[in-house]
Amino acid sequence: MDFKTEFRNKTHVQSALKEMGKLLTRPWVIMEICGGQTHAIMQYGLNELLPEELEIVHGPGCPVCVTPLELVDKAITIASQPDVIFTSFGDMLRVPGSDRDLFSVRAAGGDVRVVLSPLDAVQIAHEHPEKQVVFFAIGFETTAPNNVISVLKARELGLTNYSVLVSQVRVPPAMHAILGAPHNRVQAFLAAGHVCAVMGYHEYEPISKQYHVPIVVTGFEPLDLVYGMLDAIRQLESGKSMVENAYSRVVTRSGNQHAQKIIEQVYEPCDQQWRGIGLIPMSGWRLRKEYSQFDASMKFKLEAMHTHESEICIAGQILQGLKKPKDCPAFANICTPESPLGATMVSSEGTCAAYYRFARDRE
Amino acid sequence: MSNKSTNSFEGLVCPIPLNHKKFIVIGHGSGGRMTHDLIRDIFQSSFGNPILNSFNDFAGVILPDQAKMKGRLCISTDAHIVNPIIFPGGDIGRLAISGTVNDISMSGGIPLYVTASFIIEEGLSFDVLRTIATSMNTAALEAKVQIVAGDTKVVEKGKADKLFISTTGIGWIPEGRQIGGEMAQEGDVVIISGTIGDHGIAVLAARGELKFSTTIQSDVAPLNQLIQNILETAPHVHVLRDPTRGGLATSLNEIALQSQVSILLEEDAIPVNPEVRAACEMLGFDPLYVANEGKVIIILPANEADAALKTLHHHPLGKNAEKIGVVKKEPTKRVLLKTLIGGTRIVDMLAGEMLPRIC
Repeated sequence: MDFKTEFRNKTHVQSALKEMGKLLTRPWVIMEICGGQTHAIMQYGLNELLPEELEIVHGPGCPVCVTPLELVDKAITIASQPDVIFTSFGDMLRVPGSDRDLFSVRAAGGDVRVVLSPLDAVQIAHEHPEKQVVFFAIGFETTAPNNVISVLKARELGLTNYSVLVSQVRVPPAMHAILGAPHNRVQAFLAAGHVCAVMGYHEYEPISKQYHVPIVVTGFEPLDLVYGMLDAIRQLESGKSMVENAYSRVVTRSGNQHAQKIIEQVYEPCDQQWRGIGLIPMSGWRLRKEYSQFDASMKFKLEAMHTHESEICIAGQILQGLKKPKDCPAFANICTPESPLGATMVSSEGTCAAYYRFARDRE
Repeated sequence: MSNKSTNSFEGLVCPIPLNHKKFIVIGHGSGGRMTHDLIRDIFQSSFGNPILNSFNDFAGVILPDQAKMKGRLCISTDAHIVNPIIFPGGDIGRLAISGTVNDISMSGGIPLYVTASFIIEEGLSFDVLRTIATSMNTAALEAKVQIVAGDTKVVEKGKADKLFISTTGIGWIPEGRQIGGEMAQEGDVVIISGTIGDHGIAVLAARGELKFSTTIQSDVAPLNQLIQNILETAPHVHVLRDPTRGGLATSLNEIALQSQVSILLEEDAIPVNPEVRAACEMLGFDPLYVANEGKVIIILPANEADAALKTLHHHPLGKNAEKIGVVKKEPTKRVLLKTLIGGTRIVDMLAGEMLPRIC
């Protein structure tokens, strides 16, 4: 597949934008859920090309950003222990905890390793029976299958030195929270294509119906994004609200059922804290009791931690689409990717980081 | 030595003096006979030239013919660490020579002599060291420079990562040549000598971190011959810069800052090997930030750009060269990119380590 000639094709993007301009009769607010989409919009400068009537707000779909501060502190405490190899996706290493990050644990002599898959962490556990190997299992539905496979693999290998520190969040409850909030501005959603690849999109149908919002399953290339927006605008302008799939090369209505089955086998739904937003009922997954031996938060008895967030940071409002990075007094002066005040500045998919990186002094 | 180490090699065997010819041991750094043997067998046999062979603690060298004219000495120093030390397309030795030769060449200068210090971790095999020394010599021959002085230290296992090489280069900048990061001017054209990101991805792949195989080769090469050719056809080049660590994006940001200008790139024009692009897509990397070791950014007046490009295309190291952007006055100190779809965005410096993303 040649991205340049297919999904990043200037002519196609521009003709879709022209069509968008013709369709629009009034202003609309559309939220893209996923941080990967936020990043792509800014990376391709798509935000500059959109018609004025269309306002794009950025959603909570950055797994690094919404991982609770307390859990980051827990990770740091576990990683600092001498008999532990702490493994994580790269993005998490720079996320500030209450007083330091995983990078500084590594600099102080902790064994913190970046892995591309939790199965690599299982392999490390297999090779180092004398160490406790912990994987920081964070993410949305997208990472869940891999995270549970690592647990199943560890069980199959009979490993007693592998565990996961879980912060697994789900999109549909977050959509409920956003749409049910009194100040909600969102009139349509671009649903995250890769989440839907795993879960399908049938769970969005009741949401669309209940709140009368169009929801369009959307991919990550510029043309995917423009087509997703176009479908949403068509619905908005004609007063419709339904779930549409603009990413059919990857997503089906029922999703990957094998993945769903193993998630169901290992995880159960639970209430979940979202950094910056608060508790959203039944919005997360945790390990079922049968798998508690692989639960790092049980294995490492940690006392309740006192966390403190920056008082200036407005990451929570940004994650709910209520504000944009430029509404924050700290943006790009005291808060930068080198010294982030909140998680939306630290992750490459965080809204503040995307604005800082691609458009900090534009507009 | 712990008395508990019953399975230790050194703990129980009879201490017969071994003929250490397979692996580097601490004794090779003693300064005594073993050091002499190491220097003779590996370094002198690989680099052999009369200056080095004099076996003094200094190298007496002569200045080139050009120095009879006016000009300036150019000196550059660099330490090289890379894991693994041998990778597709090169090794730490070729990297050390090319890196230093290229740093000198970025002044428009002619590199002449290089010195090299080796910090070797105990346990490195002689074969590997010999391969690397031979490769250094090959790179030096390509660049027409001489390795005139060197030093060797051996450190205990775990105190270094196999081999570190520190090099210093000396060159001559002919009179009247004013090339530097502060010289970019409004209206200049920006050229890159070939595809970006090859070295960084080749090294990542060699570490086994990609989990998929590639045929990507590092571009590591000395660029001085190519640059001298360019300067013959385009004598008014303003800036030369090799986009190594931090990649093209970081180097251009440095130039925009030094010259107080803006640089506008065309994403469409930037050459990227399709395999490098695919690897970057999978890892969430941007090729603009991936390291190169055999590429040069050339910023020059628009009226010399075509001549420079033609010269580049005639040289194997410049055959994929492209015009990728222009220098503008505003917004100063910024690099902007016209994206594939026609939007414009900032191209920032790399904030820290590039990290693979989650999903």
